[in-house]
This record gives sequence, structure tokens and C-alpha cells, in this order.
Amino acid sequence: MNAHITGFWNEVSPAVWFGLKLAQVLAFVIVLALLVAALVLADRKIWAAAQMRKGPNVVGAFGLLQTIADALKFFFKEIIIPDGSSKFLFILAPVITLIMAFLAWAVIPVAPGWVISDINIGVLYVLAISSLGVYGIIIGGWASNSKYPFMGALRSAAQMISYEVSIGFIILTVVMLAGSMNLTEIVEAQAGGFWNWHMFRINVMKNPWNILLFPVMFYMGVLFFISALAETNRPPFDLPEAESELVAGYQVEYSSTPFLMYFFGEYVNIMLLCSMMTILFLGGWYAPFDIGVQFLPPVFWFFLKTAFLFFLFAMVKAIVPRYRYDQLMRLGWKVFLPISLASITCVAAWVTFFG
Amino acid sequence: MLVTLTFYLLAAVAVMAAFMVVAARNPVHSVMYLILTFFSAAGLFILMGAEFLALLLIMVYVGAVAVLFLFVVMMLEVDFVEIKQGFLQYAPFGLVMAFILFLEMVLVGAAYFFGDSGVPDTDPEVSNLEAIGSVLYTDYALFFEGVGLVLLVAMIGAIVLTHRARDGVRRQDVGRQVARTREAAIKKVDIEPGEGIGP
Repeated sequence: MNAHITGFWNEVSPAVWFGLKLAQVLAFVIVLALLVAALVLADRKIWAAAQMRKGPNVVGAFGLLQTIADALKFFFKEIIIPDGSSKFLFILAPVITLIMAFLAWAVIPVAPGWVISDINIGVLYVLAISSLGVYGIIIGGWASNSKYPFMGALRSAAQMISYEVSIGFIILTVVMLAGSMNLTEIVEAQAGGFWNWHMFRINVMKNPWNILLFPVMFYMGVLFFISALAETNRPPFDLPEAESELVAGYQVEYSSTPFLMYFFGEYVNIMLLCSMMTILFLGGWYAPFDIGVQFLPPVFWFFLKTAFLFFLFAMVKAIVPRYRYDQLMRLGWKVFLPISLASITCVAAWVTFFG
Repeated sequence: MLVTLTFYLLAAVAVMAAFMVVAARNPVHSVMYLILTFFSAAGLFILMGAEFLALLLIMVYVGAVAVLFLFVVMMLEVDFVEIKQGFLQYAPFGLVMAFILFLEMVLVGAAYFFGDSGVPDTDPEVSNLEAIGSVLYTDYALFFEGVGLVLLVAMIGAIVLTHRARDGVRRQDVGRQVARTREAAIKKVDIEPGEGIGP
């Protein structure tokens, strides 16, 4: 929505403005829900293809309706609340996960002006909301009053906090380069071809010292991707739900709609981190070459990049074995944290002397 | 009108939740109420136009500190009766603390009421983040770095206090594992029938 149009409606009546915002939120939620349905299927299909299976192919053409059938199945099942559990918290936990997953999308710009709320500390907002996602898991694990969920919850809390630290530092390097915490401005700082994207910043015509920055920022992009895997509890870092040790971790006791909420929230979160990586490192809605492709809408490029990152997420799930817990902690605290801290120093020095 | 209403709602929730932190029987529920208090405080910050502080409060306190509280409280096997027993013993001390806090709040309120709170007016053109940064890294740079040093010392202190060197712990040394060659790991032995490898 264009800024001057919303401004106009705001002047007409606050009620109309409210309705307009509500419509925007609804549009985002519906599109995200449909995308989740598609992504779950894509995830399963990619996983199947990597293992030379066919994957879901019975419900609908090519199994396209499989996710919807699964969702319906979950809706109509009975909600089982374990004996001796904290009932209110037990139901609250998946709701928290789902709400936090959607809440962060309020500041994600998918195309010029296509954003619900264009606040000037968008990066901080996303970090704050994603740090709240831990609660859904830790409360759910505790409220289940059961052994495996509790252990899964503790693992997950430790894991997500550890990797949030390095994600925060990695994002800080991008914020310093873009000079803004507004996500739209961060994307606009990467306009004009892939050589301006933060991950491949090798435009020596613009600034000859970019050649020094390229290795650091490329590495930061890779680190962000791996941290995003850990942050969303995706394989190879899916220790909170490691089925060989903890049955299914924090969601053992969940069935029916609450389980669906966890599942849904997880995929919305994965999409969020894919789109965050697109915005921060891969130039958001800008095309890799700005010649000859103007007829494609910006949102297409955004979607393409996000979908590609999701493909990588799915491939990693298919081909990488699960980490051991101490290796996970070692990677987070002894490898990612020092490297991202050093990179902050490097990028800050670069911005001061060459930027 | 709406702002006033929101303020009273958030303030009421904050006070009630803060009371429930102390009153709740289950310590895990106490931590939940503490989180609710933080949230309400963050909402109050946003009402005052300090959105940066609000998000920082949520990120640091709700996102990290309270999670660690929850972590510890969940792990502890707490005997509730035992905790309640010490209640009367510490009540006078608690009352003194509460009185001091109350006095401080009255003083702050009085200073604000008589118009010399010492809080400078903010420029609406400059964003929150910029305003804080420009003060923190210029006028108060020395104090800022001092606080950083104190935190560093606290961190090192915590590590030194809790670290124990134990014998017989097998650690994975990734560098050594990667550096291992085929020659060091595999020995080719020609074994005569009926003899075995030997010692």
C-alpha cells in the first residue's frame, strides 16, 4: 500500500484506516496460510526425492491436497490433555508459538510499500518477537508434565537462546552497512544488481574497497543461514524433537488442533527466517540483473529468493545427519559467536575508514 | 482518551501481575506473571514514545533473562511449604525495602509534579535510536565503556567461580579428529592362521 494513499485514508477517518489495516493483516495471514500448505508439501516432496521415493501423491493431483487433508484430520481429532498437566498453559503454549510466528510478519516488506507496518526499528522488532518464540516450546514442554517433553523444552530453550545471540550479531553487520534498522531501507541499500547485495558485495565500481568486504559478508550470510536452521529447530539441529532420543520432544503430548498450531507456527517461522535472509543478504525484492526483467513484479523476486532458501532448508533436512547436543553448543558458542563478533569489528572498521 | 485508557489498562495489568509474582503458589507461574509485568512495562514505554527501550526490554528481559529464570525454576525441585515457612522471618526486611522503594517513587513523582524532573524535551524529528546513540556514544561514552567492563568482569567471574577442572573427562577435539590421517588410524597386519593379532 502506498504511503500517501494510507495517509489519505487516515485523514478521512480512523475507522477506515483501521479497516484498511485489518484487510492488510488478513491478506498477509491468508497468503501465509496458503503458502504454508504448499511449503509443507514441497518439504515432503523434496525430502522424498532425495531418498528416491515419490512422496505424497494420492490426495489430489500430484498429492497437492495432502496438506489440506492432513489439516482437516487434525481438526476433527480429539484434544487429549494429559492428566496432571497445567491445563491453561498446555493450551496456551501452541497458541503463543502460532501468534509469535505471525506477529513478526508485521514488519516484513515483500515489495516496495507492501508492508503492514513500516517502523524504523523493524530489525529489532523481528529479533524481539523471535526471541519470544521460545516460550511456546518451553511452556508446552513444562505444562505437559511428562519426561520427554520437558527435556525437549530445556534443550530447545538453551539452543534457541544460544543461536539468537549469534543471529543478533550477524544482523548487526548488515545494519551497520545499510545504516538503518528499517527493513525497507536495508533492502533499498542493495538496489541495482546482485553485486550490491550484502552477501555478494563486490561492486568495485561503486567503492573499490568492497573487495575487502566481500569475504566477510559472504561468510556472514552462510552463518546466518546455519543459525536460522538452529533457530527454527530444523534438521540438523532438531534436537528438541529428536525422535531417536526424545520420541518427539516438546510435542509428545500434543494432539489434534494444538499440534497443528505447533506445526503451522514452525513453518511460518521457517518462512520468516527465509524472508529475513532474503531481505538482509539477498537484496529483498530486487532482481539479480536490472536489465530486461522489469516486467516481472518485485514480489516475484522476493518469493523466488525465499522459495530458493526454503529449498535449501529442505535439502539440508534430507542430506545432513543430526548434530549431537554438545557439538551443537560448541558450534554456537565457540565458533559462531567469536566469528560474528570479529566480523562486527571488521565491518565497523570498514564502514569507518572506507565506507 | 484512548491513550489514557490504554495507560490505565497497562498500568493495572502491570501492578496486578507484579503482585501475583509474589502471591502465586507455583514458582513457574510466578515467572509467567513476571513476564506479563515486563510486557505491560514495554507497552507503557511505547505509549511514552520510547519504542526502542520497549523492544529492548522485551528482547533482553523477556527473551533472555526470563527464559533463564524459567529454565532454573523448572529444573529446581521446590518444596513450597519450606519456602512459606521463612515468610514471617523475612517480612520486616521486606517491608523496609518496600518502604524505601515507595519513598523513592514519591520523590520522583513530586519532582515531576513541581516541574523540575530534569528530563529534557525530546526532538520529535530525531528517531529514538538516533537520540539514544548520539548521547550514549558521546557524552556518556566513558560510562558506557565502564559498564561494559563491569559486565565483562562479571562474566569472567561467573566462569571462574563455576569452572572445575575434572580428571578423566573425555573431550572431543575437532582439530585433532580432522588432523588424523589414514596412516595413524589404520595398521595393516598380516596374520598367520591360528595365531590372532596378539597384544
